Amino acid sequence: MTISIKVNGREHTLGEIDPEMPLLWVLRDLLGLTGTKFGCGEALCGACTVHLDGMAVRSCVTPVERARGREVTTIEGLSADGDHPLQKAWVELGVPQCGYCQAGQIMTAAALLAANPSPSDDDIARSMAGNLCRCGTYVRIRAAIKRAAKGTP
Amino acid sequence: MSRAALLLLAACSAPAPAQPTARALPAVPPGQLASPVAFDAIADRAARSRALFGEIAKVLTHPRCVNCHTPDESPRQGDQHVFHDPPVARGAGDRGVPGMQCTGCHQDHNLELARVPGAPGWHLAPVAMVWLDRTPGQICAQIKDPARNGGRTLAQIQDHLARDPLVAWGWSPGADRAPAPGTQAALGLLAQAWIDSGAECPP
Repeated sequence: MTISIKVNGREHTLGEIDPEMPLLWVLRDLLGLTGTKFGCGEALCGACTVHLDGMAVRSCVTPVERARGREVTTIEGLSADGDHPLQKAWVELGVPQCGYCQAGQIMTAAALLAANPSPSDDDIARSMAGNLCRCGTYVRIRAAIKRAAKGTP
Repeated sequence: MSRAALLLLAACSAPAPAQPTARALPAVPPGQLASPVAFDAIADRAARSRALFGEIAKVLTHPRCVNCHTPDESPRQGDQHVFHDPPVARGAGDRGVPGMQCTGCHQDHNLELARVPGAPGWHLAPVAMVWLDRTPGQICAQIKDPARNGGRTLAQIQDHLARDPLVAWGWSPGADRAPAPGTQAALGLLAQAWIDSGAECPP
């Protein structure tokens, strides 16, 4: 089966592909976009979060068939030069520790801000509750989301 | 013999009134539902209707159903109704919150390897339709109340139970989850028989 998807604005035709292959496998193994990480493989940790038509999805459990004809955005495509307000806030506040979960954290946060440009602490807690960070950077993550929301330089 | 003793004797010897209870019906194996025909043994129409709803309630109170008919922010998981893990929030439209929507993880079909359940339109039932920890009588009253059933007619309720693809998931829950008893088709027949008999509610 051939499936065409658009990833970060670029069309890809995937020939002879199992429609049940996880989108994460396609992104990392077939397209070489390794910014998105494999964490648990069961949609429990959020490390693999990408956007599908703007909606945050767990790519480790999303069959590539679901992305057919739709727009996928990964951390590599969130901004042209790493200048999304969240990425800038992340750097300014030194959010990452080991960094493994951070692409997923930022993609979830980006979906939150796209829908709710001024989230409260509770809004952030609810939207980010499924993104685990084994280093415990949650306080800095929340601060960076609030900084990005306010557009603080 | 005292008057009280005579009264007691009379009470004990009087034939018991016929009770149209489920005990009069054929036994149903675990995991199955009785056919509506089995309830024809109950002559009284209202009693028959209440008994039919009791059979329907075997499905409506099953974990596969009540776990998404919850009174709070979170769905439940498993047969012990534990809170959803990872923690999720209902959101304004019962479909999660930005960045953490139900269908961000749940697909339109079960994922056997990841054990993530899925069906078309995966979402929580509105708070007005809470079934968790409710009795069959309470659920019945809710189902009949347009203010608490999404403005549905009884015919639409029957259609929802009999044909909705998200309801159908209850009988094909995937992984090691126990399915709801019977079949969706059997539930639909029971619901129709319940409506035809007056849609009476158990106490």
